[in-house]
Amino acid sequence: MLDKTGIAKRIAKEVQDGYYVNLGIGIPTLVANYVRDDIEVEFQSENGVLGMGPFPFEGEEDADIINAGKQTITTLPGASFFDSATSFSMIRGQHVHLTILGAMEVSENGDIANWKIPGKMVKGMGGAMDLVASAENIIVAMMHTNRAGESKLLKKCSLPLTGVGCVKKIVTNLAVLEVTPKGFKLLERAPGVSVEDIQNATEGELIIEGDIPEMNI
Amino acid sequence: MISKKVNSVKEALEGVKNDMTFMLGGFGLCGIPENAIAELVEKNINGLTCISNNAGVDDFGLGLLLHGKQIKKMISSYVGENDEFERQMLSGELDVELIPQGTLAERCRAAQSGFPAIYTPAGFGTEVAKGKETREFDGKMYVLEHAFKADFSFVKAWKGDTAGNLIFKGTARNFNPVMCGAAKITVAEVEELVPAGELDPNQIHIPGIFVQRIFQGEKYEKRIEQRTVRTK
Repeated sequence: MLDKTGIAKRIAKEVQDGYYVNLGIGIPTLVANYVRDDIEVEFQSENGVLGMGPFPFEGEEDADIINAGKQTITTLPGASFFDSATSFSMIRGQHVHLTILGAMEVSENGDIANWKIPGKMVKGMGGAMDLVASAENIIVAMMHTNRAGESKLLKKCSLPLTGVGCVKKIVTNLAVLEVTPKGFKLLERAPGVSVEDIQNATEGELIIEGDIPEMNI
Repeated sequence: MISKKVNSVKEALEGVKNDMTFMLGGFGLCGIPENAIAELVEKNINGLTCISNNAGVDDFGLGLLLHGKQIKKMISSYVGENDEFERQMLSGELDVELIPQGTLAERCRAAQSGFPAIYTPAGFGTEVAKGKETREFDGKMYVLEHAFKADFSFVKAWKGDTAGNLIFKGTARNFNPVMCGAAKITVAEVEELVPAGELDPNQIHIPGIFVQRIFQGEKYEKRIEQRTVRTK
């Protein structure tokens, strides 16, 4: 079974040379730490920066340079700043190659719910609805089950949706899965996790074809 | 040269009244019109509808207006980090409309650019699209979203000149440029106001035509919400 860092490491392998990537808050943010250093990748943050770098050294923080999580950041050579409309032109216009974000639920047809739990304080969707409605390549990073042990990979989402039919791939603490017209296709198992474990933790249709290899992280 | 310069924040906010709709730039506390907000608190007007990506924190940004119960309705994409906001929202004192961030930007830009509405894929199939027109283009579904209508836009830039030209810095740019010229009156506050002619026309981010009033802010706290650093 993977921890959050393990999920981030496995997703980092999906990032290819020349990609512009948008990372959501939480596990997705960790992905930046594990991208191979022999490829060129630029990270976009929807508040208006492309070419995001690491956190600043102490004493060098600039209140005018933050990421979408409102954290102080730095920029790398080749970086640019832009307004919010331009930022979402990059996203809606499919100029960003890969979007990685968290989810509360994903359904077998690729619907995603990650912004609202009825009855609880609703903070808002931020840029998530724009991202999922437009990105060609969306990877969801999440735990396979919720705190109550219930599957987050469902036949149908029970929470209010963020987007419909948009998720392509899911990396959880148990498995890598692809969303296909027939359901969740199991691609890889996490180390030490059996196909049965994954089946038991998946409520939606799980497609198992042939031997399922263990992840290589 | 048409001068947009006003001498004080008081002069810049002449004409603001109860029950008006305002656009306010900023992302989190980054690039917010600090001086205009302080003056709105001072004027103690209320019944306001505020279009702003976020709603500030408890004791800064739009949180200051919330504290005095001056805001009737917020139109935002994300409103966490604010206990008073949460309290007013849950008690029903405050009306909140949450919309996708890109849609927020584009509804401002539509108002700025003379488009009555735009089609966006964001929110299709979700509760955000409820009651709205939808349409298919090339096999994909889109939601019709209308341009905002606002009385004042309050924006913050790094540098400006007396002609109203603006230059922004870093990610403090965010929603500020798309709110310029998107309301009946745009009030720009800047950290440094220079005479027209001193800024390189090649470097202007927003031309002065989109700005009606400009002033140099008295001071900027520029509070950091999440100070994240690494060690050397």
